[in-house]
Amino acid sequence: MRVALMVTCINDALFPRTGQAVVALLRRLGVDVEFPAAQTCCAQPMINTGYLDEAVPVLRAFVEAFAGYDAVVTPSASCAGCARHQHAIVARRAGDPALRAAADAVSPRVYELSEFLVDRLGVTDVGAYYPHTVTYHPTCHSLRMLGVGDRPRRLLEQVRGLTLLELPGAAECCGFGGTFAVKNADTSIAIGTDKARQVRNTGAEVLVAGDNSCLTHIGGLLSRQRAGVRTVHLAEVLAATA
Amino acid sequence: MSATFVGMPPFPAAAREKLADAQLRRNLAHATSTIRARRAALVAEVEASVDGGWEALRVAGAEAKDTALRSLDRQLLRLEETLTANGATVHWARDAAQANAIVAALVRAHGADEVIKVKSMVTQEIGLNEALAAEGIAAWETDLAELIVQLGDDLPSHILVPAIHRNRAEIREIFLRAMGEVGRGAPADLTDAPAVLAAAAREHLREKFLRARVGVSGANFAVAETGTLVVVESEGNGRMCLTLPEVLISVVGIEKVVATWDDLDPLLRLLPRSSTGERMNPYTSMWSGVTPGDGPREVHVVLLDNGRTRALADEVGRQALRCIRCSACLNVCPVYERTGGHAYGSVYPGPIGAILNPLLRGVGHSDQIDALPYASTLCGACFEACPVRIDIPRILVDQRAKIVDAHRGGLPTPEAVAMRTAATGLGSARRLAGGERFTRLGLWFARRVGAPAWTSARDLPPAPAESFRRWWKRTDGGRR
Repeated sequence: MRVALMVTCINDALFPRTGQAVVALLRRLGVDVEFPAAQTCCAQPMINTGYLDEAVPVLRAFVEAFAGYDAVVTPSASCAGCARHQHAIVARRAGDPALRAAADAVSPRVYELSEFLVDRLGVTDVGAYYPHTVTYHPTCHSLRMLGVGDRPRRLLEQVRGLTLLELPGAAECCGFGGTFAVKNADTSIAIGTDKARQVRNTGAEVLVAGDNSCLTHIGGLLSRQRAGVRTVHLAEVLAATA
Repeated sequence: MSATFVGMPPFPAAAREKLADAQLRRNLAHATSTIRARRAALVAEVEASVDGGWEALRVAGAEAKDTALRSLDRQLLRLEETLTANGATVHWARDAAQANAIVAALVRAHGADEVIKVKSMVTQEIGLNEALAAEGIAAWETDLAELIVQLGDDLPSHILVPAIHRNRAEIREIFLRAMGEVGRGAPADLTDAPAVLAAAAREHLREKFLRARVGVSGANFAVAETGTLVVVESEGNGRMCLTLPEVLISVVGIEKVVATWDDLDPLLRLLPRSSTGERMNPYTSMWSGVTPGDGPREVHVVLLDNGRTRALADEVGRQALRCIRCSACLNVCPVYERTGGHAYGSVYPGPIGAILNPLLRGVGHSDQIDALPYASTLCGACFEACPVRIDIPRILVDQRAKIVDAHRGGLPTPEAVAMRTAATGLGSARRLAGGERFTRLGLWFARRVGAPAWTSARDLPPAPAESFRRWWKRTDGGRR
């Protein structure tokens, strides 16, 4: 099985530790993951802001980078959701049957990390040790775009040393929303402030989620509030060992 | 009512003002969480008791609406035929102005200077009350929440619960201040107990019900096969308006038609559960034209387009015409819950408003409309809650593309320049010299373009010492 890491543009630039954690975790599980250096971005920022023409060259780069792999693993439900559900829209816009075929070939092989671990590798105990009190925010695109269900929870429940606290209203959006966070900053902050309050009320020391974009938003609020709660990507929890 | 949505600022500015209203935030959080819990309990009940569960019911509801929409021309002609055979008079209106003129002419022809109204979204969409007022005809809202909005010279902020932004203390003040000016006043010892407020409204409305000669309604459904209009409601005011006056005028959007009586089955089960969180709404009124000796002696139906055929022509957006105005999408929307309905600048707020307004009115000509599809985090809660499976996030993204396209060719905005620049960088991996240019671009974008809006309340994460791709290259993926 040839497996590619799609690290995502945000993780590449701002959260290399998350990408490194995926690499360490998959190697530990016997997967020799490759990093196609030609990868850039899934084009979601363009698509969700309405710039379909601008998304076309990005999609071309995406399918070139990931063609031929059996699986493309990404530590982002949002980017996986974009590849699986939105790339066809961009290919149709391009009016290019070859691009459409290439996108259709790659899209179903794109897996969010928890899907890949549970569905393709068939593991929920990844041998992790993380001695912290944690609460988990299931991101909107993981829940409602990909339907990852309880896979991340099942993975977290097997982590030794970890105490998992229930997050009230967990399924509600954090208010990030991509460019929404900037275009409608006031509303984004209002929604996120409510999420941050719920997180603080759990008493957890760490907020875990499967998407660093949402965590940047919630974590940015918690940090500004000097809340003493840090945000950590699911991959980093699962990669941690004693 | 002199309050108007016309001239409202685009969503971000309107929302900013509403977000500062602590009373509104509290009212909305309480109301939406209460109704969400009620709906969830009933969906779970269906899940456990109906073959195929809630999803099967949703699919059946969507199919009933799609069947009619796919043959809309034939269904409408059939509806006209059956309604006419039942003794109703059918009128066709291309837009709001035509519909309002038809209703006003009918009211005048009967020498009336007032009408009583069933709660109806479509008559708000076309501004019927204001158009009638301009002709010297008073339109009295009889739904309790619409009465509160009308007496408060206010605007509706929710499809089902238009006064959701008011609490009972505010309602008491409105009743004390305004009821006496337009009819029977509220008793001086009025309290803010819900039953006391409802009793005052009942007394106030009773004289209007008994006096009015013309009733005006919308319709939740129109059955082509039988020539039957359907109104569902909770308070019985609708039943009064539909049965007491001599003349009944119903304004019906053309997307309200369903082909057969059986099509009502899934829809009448989906609507109350999704809307008020009830198994069944208290009043379901159905009438097929004129029944001698029973109810109105003259029945008029105004079939209204007002942008619906424009929406029908939109390949992605046409599914929005399935909407049965239940407002489940509003109640689960994280944006609506914080801003309320007024910020959307339309009688159709929330996620459905964010797609319906641009679909009905077109994009590229109004900053206010063009801002609406962006008033969403694309969290998908609306699609999940929608009883007729309208993929609202998909339509939002499609409308955003149409808005961007409508503005291509003009002076590019900073956002458009950024997107083009990013597309060039991200689209040519081979010219990226190991990707470092791209990483720098990403950081520049994050820190400069979005920074002021971002950092008003949020810290930025510290920049890492090196990007992932540089780490991979330097260490051969951590192997050395």
